[in-house]
Amino acid sequence: MTNWSPTVFTRVMLALAVLLSAFPLYWMLVIASRTNADAVSVPPPFLPGGNLGDNIIAVLNNEDAKFLLGLTNSFIVAATVTVSVVIISTLAGFSFANLQFKGRNALLVLVLLTMAVPLQQMGVVPLYRLMVSLEWTGTLKAVILPYLLNGFGVFLMTQYTRQAVPMELVEAARVDGAATLRIWWNVVLPAVRPGMAVLGINTFMLMWNDFMWPLIVLTPDNPTVQIAITSLNARFSTNYTLIFAGTALSIIPLVAVFIAFGRQIVGGLMEGAVKA
Amino acid sequence: MSLDTLPRAARSNHRRSRPPGRRWRSRFDVKAMPYALVSPYFLLFAAFGLFPLAFTLYYSLYDYDLAGTTEWAGLGNYTALLGDEDFWRAVINTVGIFVLATVPQMLLALFLANALNKRFKFRLAIRMSVLLPLVTSVVAVAVVFTQLFARDWGLVNWILSWFGIDAFNWRAERIPSWIAIATMVDWRWTGYNAIIFLAGMQTIPRDLYEAAAIDGASRRRQFWQITLPMLRPTLIFVVLNSTIGGLTLFSEPTTFYNGNVDGGSQGQFQTVAMFIVKQGFREFDYGYAAAAAWLLFLLILIGAAINFLFVRRIGGTK
Repeated sequence: MTNWSPTVFTRVMLALAVLLSAFPLYWMLVIASRTNADAVSVPPPFLPGGNLGDNIIAVLNNEDAKFLLGLTNSFIVAATVTVSVVIISTLAGFSFANLQFKGRNALLVLVLLTMAVPLQQMGVVPLYRLMVSLEWTGTLKAVILPYLLNGFGVFLMTQYTRQAVPMELVEAARVDGAATLRIWWNVVLPAVRPGMAVLGINTFMLMWNDFMWPLIVLTPDNPTVQIAITSLNARFSTNYTLIFAGTALSIIPLVAVFIAFGRQIVGGLMEGAVKA
Repeated sequence: MSLDTLPRAARSNHRRSRPPGRRWRSRFDVKAMPYALVSPYFLLFAAFGLFPLAFTLYYSLYDYDLAGTTEWAGLGNYTALLGDEDFWRAVINTVGIFVLATVPQMLLALFLANALNKRFKFRLAIRMSVLLPLVTSVVAVAVVFTQLFARDWGLVNWILSWFGIDAFNWRAERIPSWIAIATMVDWRWTGYNAIIFLAGMQTIPRDLYEAAAIDGASRRRQFWQITLPMLRPTLIFVVLNSTIGGLTLFSEPTTFYNGNVDGGSQGQFQTVAMFIVKQGFREFDYGYAAAAAWLLFLLILIGAAINFLFVRRIGGTK
């Protein structure tokens, strides 16, 4: 089995990968905790300073950026979309995986096809006009609604349910007289919870990061966090410490989620990849 | 992606023994419920998938102007786009950044996955840390990289100065700006793709390697002749994903120019997605933007087809 122990080259490569992955984030912290004079000095500083707290307070108090509102809005958007997508996908996944109905395979292929179309880029013009005519531009509704459609979620939950819930279990529950929804609730849901967690984390991260559509449909008065950073960046482009403190704030929730669920994320990604 | 069909369990005929009063309800439950459960997805698809696609086509056939008048244009928007230098520049920028980002990214991800597949300490920690870029917010990271690539106080130029290389104005010139943006993309996605490759590698039976080792095949040879061909399905998935993501690139180049969709003073890094946003929502030429959206879709189809054919040949039938 010598084949599976790493060579020196491999070890160096792994160390480099870890270092490069972490560096920009470390750099973010270094600049966010310094003063502006430090940020533009040559050679640049390589160790964090003591101004992180001050800079974060400055960002949060900045009237123009509306950073706190941005964080709250992003949280509302990401949480709403995540909960809806997970429920919709789990229901559809159960139906596709465990129930029999005419046209099932055709519908499943349709789901796969929808995954391949970049709808958010393709459909921006009509979606925007729709939001204008509903007078929803500038509101979170406009950001949330188009993202409730998530073909990947349905696909993932179908695959997951197939593997987690044996048909015999569903049939047995039926023999006992359980209705479909009851089977979903009592048999399927407990079994597919790990899949739901992976989909949930995935969706939350995607939504937290979404940029193009909010940039079109929202105004800087009612931003998501990505729009808030963009406003900061546009208005104070040389005030690096302020902007970097903002970016650090914007990734804290994601990194927290990642550290809490890292094992599941890595595992879920790898499982999902093999089954896809 | 394969859709393995379900083992169709034999249906029990238990329903015959049911009391007649419940028959109708359970018939409804068995016949209609499956459709009811998938219907939320398809209703949303109709509203936010099919409707925008169809209306994008509709809008693309009309001329809109700022005054709000609308006029039938036929294929006018499409022919105008095909003769529009700005559009072609955006196409070339998009493809250029895509190639510059994807080729090194795939190679790095493959080698990284191969390294991650060995036995070592702190496995989970190392796997998590290569995924770390993915969970950071994309605008935040683009801001950090923009500062790293800054002309005057940027770390990259400072490091280059050790080797006697003059400071680049990364944002002002075409190829350097592409390199900066491709770096942001690769930083974010290389680790993720490596983890996906790793998952694929772990499904390759180990006895293949053992047999090859007995035959005296070197590690390098094993990688090229066993790992890569066996990885083809995963490779196709990853490459298609990267194609869609890369050709719709928007966040990184937009943030690189402080949130402006012009893509630099000469549009040197304006991508097609940015072009669409600029035409549609800065100049309110909805018809033109909609036509550009369809051409972007066409570009994605072409890109996906080329990459698919290319990947299928890797280590394939000789």
